[in-house]
Amino acid sequence: MTFAIPKTAYTGKIKEVVLGRGPKAITVGGETSYPFHLFEGEMPHTPRIAIEVYDTPPDDWAEASLEPYRDVVGDPVAWAKKAAGVYGADMIALQLVSTDPNGLNTPSDQATETAKKVAAAVDIPVIVNGSGSPEKDAELLRKVAEACDGMNLVVGPVVVENYKQIGAGAIAYKHTLAANSPIDINLAKQLNILLGNLGVPDGQIVVDPTTGGLGYGIEYTYSVMERDRMAALTQQDERLQFPIICDLGKEIWKTKEAKAEDSPLMGNAAKRGVLMEAVTAQLLLLAGADVLIMRHPEAIRLVREMIADLMA
Amino acid sequence: MALTGIQIFKLLPKTNCGECGVPTCLAFAMNLAAAKAELASCPYISAESKAQLSEASAPPIRPVAIGTGDNVVKIGGETVLFRHEKTFVNKPGLAVMISDAMTDDEVNGRIKRFKELRYDWIGLVLRPEMIAVKNESGDAGRYETLVKKVMDETDAALILMSDSAEALKAALQVSAQRVPLIYAAAEGNAEAMAGLAKEYKCPLAAKADNMDSLAALTDKISAAGVKDIVLDSGARTVRRVFEDQVFVRRAALVQKNRSLGFPTIAFPCEMTKDPMKETLIAATLIAKYAGIIVLSDFQGESLFPLLVSRLNIYTDPQRPMMMQQGIYPVGNPTEDSPVLITTNFALTYFIVSGEIEASRVPSWLLVMDTEGLSVLTAWAAGKFVGDAIGQFVKKSGITEKVKHRKIVIPGFVAAVSGDLEEELGSEWEVKIGPREAAHLAPFLKQGL
Ligand code: SF4
Repeated sequence: MTFAIPKTAYTGKIKEVVLGRGPKAITVGGETSYPFHLFEGEMPHTPRIAIEVYDTPPDDWAEASLEPYRDVVGDPVAWAKKAAGVYGADMIALQLVSTDPNGLNTPSDQATETAKKVAAAVDIPVIVNGSGSPEKDAELLRKVAEACDGMNLVVGPVVVENYKQIGAGAIAYKHTLAANSPIDINLAKQLNILLGNLGVPDGQIVVDPTTGGLGYGIEYTYSVMERDRMAALTQQDERLQFPIICDLGKEIWKTKEAKAEDSPLMGNAAKRGVLMEAVTAQLLLLAGADVLIMRHPEAIRLVREMIADLMA
Repeated sequence: MALTGIQIFKLLPKTNCGECGVPTCLAFAMNLAAAKAELASCPYISAESKAQLSEASAPPIRPVAIGTGDNVVKIGGETVLFRHEKTFVNKPGLAVMISDAMTDDEVNGRIKRFKELRYDWIGLVLRPEMIAVKNESGDAGRYETLVKKVMDETDAALILMSDSAEALKAALQVSAQRVPLIYAAAEGNAEAMAGLAKEYKCPLAAKADNMDSLAALTDKISAAGVKDIVLDSGARTVRRVFEDQVFVRRAALVQKNRSLGFPTIAFPCEMTKDPMKETLIAATLIAKYAGIIVLSDFQGESLFPLLVSRLNIYTDPQRPMMMQQGIYPVGNPTEDSPVLITTNFALTYFIVSGEIEASRVPSWLLVMDTEGLSVLTAWAAGKFVGDAIGQFVKKSGITEKVKHRKIVIPGFVAAVSGDLEEELGSEWEVKIGPREAAHLAPFLKQGL
């Protein structure tokens, strides 16, 4: 008896979305099968990795994650250049955390200046994330969109409370939106519908399902992503056929397990943090991630090797 | 694959004697099909029909048990391709490889770490279960001694790895009562290996070079009378191992292929020399369907993320993970430290306690039993409301831990503060915390 590969009948395809502009622009999406199921479909674009850059020096990072960036933490432009030049980032993810009204509350105009400088300093695509405060992000990301007219940034997180303001900016100044919903497939779909109704073209939307870290809810994100891909590829759910972006680095490195020191039980601190980040990334790739926002260069190297092996 | 009532009816005596408790054979058949009756209730069914029926009602992926006692490793028995469709049930066994060609130090280090690397995690103990003992020395006596040592020093479920039936026989004589997995029957030695598996009543791994020959091999082993089989397709590259796991799972569940309806074993230890990468390969196999994962070594930095991955992927998506109700100290709180309250959904607890920890303000966290619902859902369900919270706070014993009478409630349930103050009495002051846990640090740092 010869073994016949049991194949899945796919009826849908993930939309292709171009990020950035110029020769280093990146296309993501385009899958016609479950992740890495290359025996029955295509993954025309390799999943990509963005390296995080912060607008303010972090004060609570694990030693291992700070070490690669210690010389640049005070300067987002130098940080972005190092991430691109030394660590080979596919993209930069500028985290404008200092704008948080519950934190430093940096004014939007000042943060917009930072975003503009960072975006101008590198030729790879740039993701600009607000602090997650819906009101502040509405103002901030609209200004960033205008200041970086035509650069095709990814701006996020865009949530149901602020999609209109940020969406209008993305349409006017040609940027891509990271549509963020709280680990729920129906809410993700709903937001994509709203963005469509607002007039945001399909080629300017990626989905951010909200990422839970290893031990801190990754199973919820994992299953929402698998359901998303199942609906998109086998049930013709057109409003879920978007590339997926996962912001995972910060979720890992803030845990006490990533910050704990060397011990016989928890092993080497640096390796443990790297592996927690890389394992999380690997699980998210298997669930359908197209873009991973990560922190540690060694974790990124490992994940890239796995992507290459899975597509070999 | 399930039979219909009519298919089952054809295999029954059709005498309608009624002894099974229902008046007709047809009614009994319908009950069987709906899993509302046991085959054993009919005393007249022929042996041949019985065999056919139990064959047809067997699970699509055979459950296989390796080891004994508290540390028995059950693998297989899975019924879905994606965990959200129902749940994954039997976590893959994690094994460390120990060879009789290793030095004493290498062996002893692995045994020590196998025994010591255990992690407390939300009321569970996460630990590895298995040791693969490999015969590379070519010396049956040396192998037997090592198997005996591992048996004596650990409770590990064993995998006995050798090409030599003679060495395996020697090892089985000292370890059969531990029910080890014999690795492996291949094309050339299937009869001898199946003979050992039958003689010592142990499960047997089948190793082939591709899916075709794997199915043929398991047919041969099954025909020889071995029922508990574990599959190794022989793939040792990342892409092929991944694909073969998917093929086996789909063949069993979708194609109902009995020849491949068994759990699998995979060897990240043979796929790379980089322990970091080995960990990522293992993580891939946890998510995608391996039954046993054999690693070259256990170290805290890599085993911990793998054990947590395994727990997360194998958590039942329909049942929330819950914390025990009670008082949880975060940092080293004193009688002046703040008191906060949240629900017992494990994720809520993790996030809230993590943010409190990050704030470096030692605090008391009261965790209330809301049947695993998050704050908003529990509030909507009427379980996390003023009087219920108040009663819990009063009997929690927190007044013996702190001097003050202030309690912080999540911002999302600000509406319950009136009822709560009423329930607690006038000496208490209810403070409204932030809506998002992420904002706890600045909230706590500014003082209450
Ligand atoms: S006991 Fe068996 S033979 Fe008698 S009615 Fe029931 S099924 Fe039929």
